[in-house]
Amino acid sequence: MSQHGTDVLTLDNVESVYGESVLALQGVSLTVPRGSIVALLGANGAGKSTTLKAISNLLGVSRGRVIRGDISWAGKSILGLDPARVVRQGIVQVLEGRHCFAHLTVEENLASGGFLRRPGRRELRRDADRIYDWFPRLKQKRHTRAGLLSGGEQQMVAIGRALMAKPILMLLDEPSMGLAPMIVEEIFDIIQQLNRDEGVTFLLAEQNANLVLHYADHGFVLENGRVVTSGAAETLRQSQDFMAYYFGDGGQAAIPA
Amino acid sequence: MLFLVNIIVAGLLAGLMYALVAIGFVLIYKASGVFNFAQGAMVLLSALTFVTLNEHGLPFWLCFIITVGVLIVASVLIEFLVLRPLVNRSPDTLFMATLGLSFVIEGLAQLVLGTDVHQLDLGIPDVPLKLYGLQVSDFDLFTAAVSILLVAVLALLFGKTRVGISLRAVADNTLAAQSIGIRLPHIWRIVWSVAGVVALIAGLLWGNRQGVQFSLSLVVLKAMPVLIIGGFSSIPGAIVGGLIVGATENLADIYIGPLVHGAVSDWFAYILATAFLLIRPNGLFGEKPIQRV
Ligand SMILES: Nc1ncnc2c1ncn2[C@@H]1O[C@H](COP(=O)(O)OP(=O)(O)OP(=O)(O)O)[C@@H](O)[C@H]1O
Ligand SMILES: [Mg+2]
Repeated sequence: MSQHGTDVLTLDNVESVYGESVLALQGVSLTVPRGSIVALLGANGAGKSTTLKAISNLLGVSRGRVIRGDISWAGKSILGLDPARVVRQGIVQVLEGRHCFAHLTVEENLASGGFLRRPGRRELRRDADRIYDWFPRLKQKRHTRAGLLSGGEQQMVAIGRALMAKPILMLLDEPSMGLAPMIVEEIFDIIQQLNRDEGVTFLLAEQNANLVLHYADHGFVLENGRVVTSGAAETLRQSQDFMAYYFGDGGQAAIPA
Repeated sequence: MLFLVNIIVAGLLAGLMYALVAIGFVLIYKASGVFNFAQGAMVLLSALTFVTLNEHGLPFWLCFIITVGVLIVASVLIEFLVLRPLVNRSPDTLFMATLGLSFVIEGLAQLVLGTDVHQLDLGIPDVPLKLYGLQVSDFDLFTAAVSILLVAVLALLFGKTRVGISLRAVADNTLAAQSIGIRLPHIWRIVWSVAGVVALIAGLLWGNRQGVQFSLSLVVLKAMPVLIIGGFSSIPGAIVGGLIVGATENLADIYIGPLVHGAVSDWFAYILATAFLLIRPNGLFGEKPIQRV
């Protein structure tokens, strides 16, 4: 989709390991243009989450690190930057498995996402109200502990919490995981609207290629920590090879029109 | 009957002091999943600093403020020199580090401030009064009031403020907290400082009763059974645990002591705690272990 402006995020030959030996990424290169929705596809263990965590510098918790390559954001390297700094630069991640603060209420979860901007009390409330506009069903549950919500609602809380940081780029790790198709569609529609109306750029990790390529502009396919295919979403969807490879027998799964 | 009530009340009041020490542990455990063995050393350090300043003629309020300043500096140093280099290590490693830290703090405190036993007089009479037949002193009542106030302030701090929400977020899910830009080092410094102030209050109350000396750091051994009973991650648990330990300890001294010809209060709490470990490993109020990914 060439009408988009310059690339904001660039990964250049990123290699990363867990512990001393497990090589999870073996030279991942990709670019995310400003204003686009980019899909990061791949089977279990392909390296999608590792790629996203490398960008956010969140690998340390699982004893992982980037050993080679570079990650740059708007032309500057962000490799090794403190995770909070990365967020402050406008990159927020919604982790795989949602990771809401289970003991905190929905409202507290959302508020926590805004803290780093140091907004005033009233501004924080206004920002939270905007999130409720996007996700109306969260509004009735604002005083419920997030741990008690359904999976879909938790995903909305996690996305809403990240939106509170007013990100330029949102990294979403398997937002459809374990959710009913209806909810998945609802969430992806909102992602699309956020992209169109608010100009939020998305890098979406998904196993469900069919689904995500319907919304994405561009896709990268990972296998064993390497990018094996990439291209416009339309092209990938129509590529027999790709679908056959991806779905085993000829890409039988229906693609919503 | 009144005799029994008096024993229990005295025990409960002692238990409040245990609870104060235990609360300091809970705060740090919640924020970083570490059992901070150095909390006892913090109690000693804070009381020793306070009493030394006071002996040099400074008024109470000034001693308090300077000591709080010392504790904040100590927290910043601990975060930078101990916690930061060990980030992402196992809780066992961190526990060992706090064990070492407690020796360092105790050593430094005694090196700089001396090993003498200091008298600390907060100026509140500790003479039992008869109140409807109950034996309580002004100091007992003061301790109770301070404990209640402290818990109320902590509840407000952690319930309503941004720092409080951030702290609970970190306690709940460290990785998610990082993913939205909460700075762990910042939270740790704050929590250690708050735990330091709690240690100071505990140190002053304990020191007033038994003098400020090395043995003050051994209150950590009293806090242990309190935490096992109440649960490591709950402030209400620390209080209830403290009260249970204080009361049963006193009762045991009176009713079991004569049978074994000696004081049982030193170890009875551990028997109780062991029983709890078998029946209710998370303690009365403990949350299930905090999930960390
Ligand atoms: N904490 C860890 N310690 C060691 N190895 C890990 C760790 N996390 C991931 N790996 C390994 O790194 C590789 C990439 O994993 P990653 O989680 O990035 O895959 P993924 O594409 O996100 O898979 P999924 O679709 O299952 O989420 C895998 O081989 C995995 O076994
Ligand atoms: Mg993954």
